[in-house]
Amino acid sequence: MKNNRRDFLKNMLLTSGGLVIGFNSLGNSAAEIISMENVKDELLSNAFLTIDSNNLITIFSPNPEIGQGIKTAFAVIVAEELDVDWEKVVVKQADLDIKRFERQLTGGSGAIKHSWERLRKAGATGRYALVAAASKKWNVSATTLKTDKGFVINEKGEKISYGELVNDAVSVEIPKEIPLKSNKEFKLIGQTIKSVDNKTVLTGKAKYGMDYKQPGMLYAQIVRPQGFGQTLKDFDATEAKKIDGVIDVISFKDKVAIIGKSNWPIMKARKVLTINWTNTKELESDTKHNQIFTDMMKNGPFEVRRKDGDIEKAFAEAHKIIEAEYQCPFLSHSPMEPMNFFADVKKDSAKLVGPTQTPQSAQNQVAKLLNIPVENITVELTKMGGGFGRRLNNDYALEAAEVSSLIKAPVKLMWTREDDMSGGIYRPAVRYKFKASIDKAGNVTGFALKGVGLNAGNSTRQDNFPVGAIENVLIESADYKSDITTGPWRAPITNFLAYAEQAFIDEIAFAAGKDPVKLRLELLKKAIEKPVGKITYEPLRFEKVITTVAERAKWGSAKKGLHQGFSVYFSHNSYVAQIAEVEMKKGKPTLKKVFAVTDCGIVINQSGARNQIYGAIVDGLGHAMYGNLNFENGAPKQTNFDQYRLIRFNEVPEIDAHFIDNGIDPTGLGEPALPPTGGALANAIFKATGKRLYKQPFAQEDEKVAEIL
Amino acid sequence: MSEYSLSINGKKLKVDVSEDTPLLWVLRDTLDLTGTKYGCGMAQCGACTIHIDGMPTRSCVTPVTLAIGKEITTIEGLSENGDHPVQKAWDTLDVPQCGFCQSGQMMTAAALLKENPNPDEEEISMAMSAHICRCGTYHRINEAVKLAAKLQKR
Repeated sequence: MKNNRRDFLKNMLLTSGGLVIGFNSLGNSAAEIISMENVKDELLSNAFLTIDSNNLITIFSPNPEIGQGIKTAFAVIVAEELDVDWEKVVVKQADLDIKRFERQLTGGSGAIKHSWERLRKAGATGRYALVAAASKKWNVSATTLKTDKGFVINEKGEKISYGELVNDAVSVEIPKEIPLKSNKEFKLIGQTIKSVDNKTVLTGKAKYGMDYKQPGMLYAQIVRPQGFGQTLKDFDATEAKKIDGVIDVISFKDKVAIIGKSNWPIMKARKVLTINWTNTKELESDTKHNQIFTDMMKNGPFEVRRKDGDIEKAFAEAHKIIEAEYQCPFLSHSPMEPMNFFADVKKDSAKLVGPTQTPQSAQNQVAKLLNIPVENITVELTKMGGGFGRRLNNDYALEAAEVSSLIKAPVKLMWTREDDMSGGIYRPAVRYKFKASIDKAGNVTGFALKGVGLNAGNSTRQDNFPVGAIENVLIESADYKSDITTGPWRAPITNFLAYAEQAFIDEIAFAAGKDPVKLRLELLKKAIEKPVGKITYEPLRFEKVITTVAERAKWGSAKKGLHQGFSVYFSHNSYVAQIAEVEMKKGKPTLKKVFAVTDCGIVINQSGARNQIYGAIVDGLGHAMYGNLNFENGAPKQTNFDQYRLIRFNEVPEIDAHFIDNGIDPTGLGEPALPPTGGALANAIFKATGKRLYKQPFAQEDEKVAEIL
Repeated sequence: MSEYSLSINGKKLKVDVSEDTPLLWVLRDTLDLTGTKYGCGMAQCGACTIHIDGMPTRSCVTPVTLAIGKEITTIEGLSENGDHPVQKAWDTLDVPQCGFCQSGQMMTAAALLKENPNPDEEEISMAMSAHICRCGTYHRINEAVKLAAKLQKR
């Protein structure tokens, strides 16, 4: 019997445990071939790429893209090691496939750090096989061959395209250790590369979750309890059902779902739907939250997160004690695309399509909710109109699946902006009380932090700077179980903790008569020479971003009339130092510029990286200034952008974004530039106006700074 | 429900919707022109911006009946091949992050540059501040409007 290629592949799958190109060193998940159905003749492939004999090179980006640029960055890394012509590569978003990929989620700015080596090996393995095939073809040693832009080139300068080599490359045996490029050999990594989705986004063709349709699909919207802590009593849908285009009104789990042929009839039906809610307990409000905070800050119960030395002794022997309390409200994530999801649930299977940062979790949760075998649930990833952490929680995907299973039809669930803003999963409201002691020489001898949060979990980061640089430390947190639901919000906890802490360190510096930058450098010297206990940061990298931003912004010698505020923070494995410049004009402060120096190791894509710095600073400024949700009767008062103010075009300062070039393996960039922003702004405001800001949003805390942006 | 004849991106199209239906939902749900986005439903964010007789208009608060007999342009019809100066500038400067708000942003920028081929900083700011970009792409939007103005002259 003639052995054809498909038999060869089948045999190889049987004998190698599913490996077409060997990825033994990567473990199974990165190694397995996509599936037998997808193995076309003359296709060289692994989890992240395929090359066909017509030289079509496709790179699969598995992680959910929420605007952080991961789809492009991942593909750049694979393309770099594969050594292909970037302009000719097709980059595709891969759907959820737990056999093929691992950590297929977007959260914690962790994707690049996690996948850096995997992606490089995926590309390098392909390149190895192609070079080996060419070496056999030309009968020369592989070491004499080079690759460039999708060609293998020999010493005579003869070229052969990857596509022409695919048929032979597929049978090349792959060694365990695949050589990777040295940083100096990078052609793509570190360049300015445009997003691979520009073409479809800029012509309106890109399909976001909200744009997904399939034949026979119905639309749904859900009315949820008005306030957190309410339950559904009853409803009357008589009038709602009369509206042309409304198909049905059903209820489940204290929710009322309206099913229709399109969104507008449903929106009209919502206005005439009568629903009665029951208050099963006291509904929460700002007043109640204030009482809880005051009580818990005083009485706890606190959980000790870290203790170094003897804090009481440090305070007793102090030359000076500095104390301050900081407050922040609940915040909505407000991605531009409100929550939505498509579900087509059958008896024993389900098809899910939509925007989620955690597709595997959506799959597992739907399996559990509807008792469907997990392997019978597919999750297709669409483009997403932002995430900021909101789409880590799949509540809306579960709702879509539940509605589909109840009405036995494919359905697209959409949340309105009002649903989105009043639907919970907020950034938790938190308060911090800091206390520090300094000796006569101005050294920081003690540092204590109490964090109290409403559904915040551990509201501290007990192993982060300045911990490790101070002998006596006590970090404690207390958490109140609120009815108001919360979730991670871009740079969870640190999005506010960093401001409070950096503003407080500024206060310490002034109390100690020290320059705020010099104080940080002194503390870091201590962390370098004799760290106290466990630390999670690398003090030398910290030091470098601080000295670099100070140089770039001419710290200490700014032009007359310019007031600078400094801040630095380590989060998600990256370091960002910032200096904000405020100008006083006719007694009014204006934010002119923010300098940011970032150490995220190797920058994969200059364009995408800069976008993240600009975006995170703009985000940090806007929410520090305006972000606010006030509660009454268990519900937020702000339900749309007319009351919930987001930063706009005319409010952004100039931004100077600089990266430390140190060749260290890359870390995340979606979040780390946000945390230091509020602190830099608050400290610059203090320099300009002499006033410390202890409460966000700043625009409401002090009307003199309301128009600083 | 009533039948309306609309002129969208140079084509005559018939739709059967109720008279109070905002154009946004006619475009998205009825005609499958999903490049125009829903963001707030109350003319705050600008994601739904289209042109009606060349004027930038919030389709989320514009009933279908107001567009009868007028020329509607959506992002899909801004150019035939995605090569409107605004689209080229947005690509060259790699403006989008999540991209969801950008079709609305570009429709406003295109209308501005048609009306005023040489906008100054103030005029660009006035026009573009009517939009929200949650990713914070404002710096690049600013540069892109200026680049588009240059490209338009060529």
